[in-house]
Amino acid sequence: MENIIEVKGLKKKYEGFSLQDISFNLKNGYIMGFIGPNGAGKTTTIKLLMNLLKKDGGEIKIFGQDNVRYEKSIKDRIGFVYDNSEFYDELNIRDVKRFVAPLYSRWDNKAFEEYIKTFNLPVKKKVKDFSKGMKMKLSLALALSHHAELLIMDEPTSGLDPVFRQEFLDIIQDFMDESKGVLFSSHITSDLDKIADYVTFINNGSIVLTSSKEEVMEKYGVVKGGKDDINDDLRQELIGLHEGKFGFEALISDVDSIRTRYKNLVVERPTMEDIMLYLVREGKGNV
Amino acid sequence: MNIIISNASVEAIYVQIVHQIRKQILTGDLYEGEALPSIRSLARELQISVITTKHAYEELEREGMIETVRGKGSFVARQNKELLREKRRNILEGKLADVIQEARLLKITRKELQEMLDVLLEEV
Repeated sequence: MENIIEVKGLKKKYEGFSLQDISFNLKNGYIMGFIGPNGAGKTTTIKLLMNLLKKDGGEIKIFGQDNVRYEKSIKDRIGFVYDNSEFYDELNIRDVKRFVAPLYSRWDNKAFEEYIKTFNLPVKKKVKDFSKGMKMKLSLALALSHHAELLIMDEPTSGLDPVFRQEFLDIIQDFMDESKGVLFSSHITSDLDKIADYVTFINNGSIVLTSSKEEVMEKYGVVKGGKDDINDDLRQELIGLHEGKFGFEALISDVDSIRTRYKNLVVERPTMEDIMLYLVREGKGNV
Repeated sequence: MNIIISNASVEAIYVQIVHQIRKQILTGDLYEGEALPSIRSLARELQISVITTKHAYEELEREGMIETVRGKGSFVARQNKELLREKRRNILEGKLADVIQEARLLKITRKELQEMLDVLLEEV
């Protein structure tokens, strides 16, 4: 199985923030959610993938090729979704199309017109008068209209209402097949994490975990119990422990073992959001 | 075929799929040789990861419930009637084991449990 994205030891240093040794792979045929709190380094990583920033170290391969050396041919095969409306502020959709279409060797006008219709985008309005959701839909329409093999999306669902977010999931799953890939970043994980096959979780410029979502969901659990249920042994295993007046809540990374050893505790299936919250809380506690 | 995924359930999503497809095969709602949706289209319908649907199908294959033919897809396996009955017995025994465990937790004696079963056998 080939990797559509390969990132190895990626580094980027800024004043007051640095990406440290970022490594992850995305295999052909899968969707990866790139999640983490605001300021964790998601957008920086995506900009490095798209060669919009210069890296300080490490290696990025897309479609098996170096992303800087083969930038032009690689980008022709990528649909990039991000908040890029500032480029088009004064233009309407027709003008945007005239501007973007020549950039791609496989531009598909019919597909584009189709998306504009399905997304209900106004043809005459200037982009600067679009709502946030409409701008995101335009960016998505552009990304899907040149037979891309890889979608890279930075916070694609921000500004979208729940109804369209649902449609968005369908669009992404329709796009997928064995030879394609999707990487999307998100700080709200509730909708897109449904369809993600892999998750990479970044915090403070470092990768906290990168694994199949199945594995993560099976391994982790949210445990709840009364104040008297905690002992020192158990405490060692609790991640991001929160103790309240009437009990405690924490994340655990070995659901089966806790379930058998502590029968009186409530162990629930976590959401990706739970996992993110508790891991971030634990990280802060350790510093 | 019906599959209902509950986010409130403590069971992993792939386990929910396995249980529901297995049940529909055992009850005959899904018949021998019937084609199952592809891994990708099932994932799309349920809006879940393809890894999850793949995991569920692999589990069903291991149990001999379905067969996968490369390039053609997955089908409900031919079920030997005897074997089918044996499998259902197996499931029943599992359920009884659950009952016994629950009874032990409640400190119900063997005699009480047997009485309960007798009463219920008359009533249900």
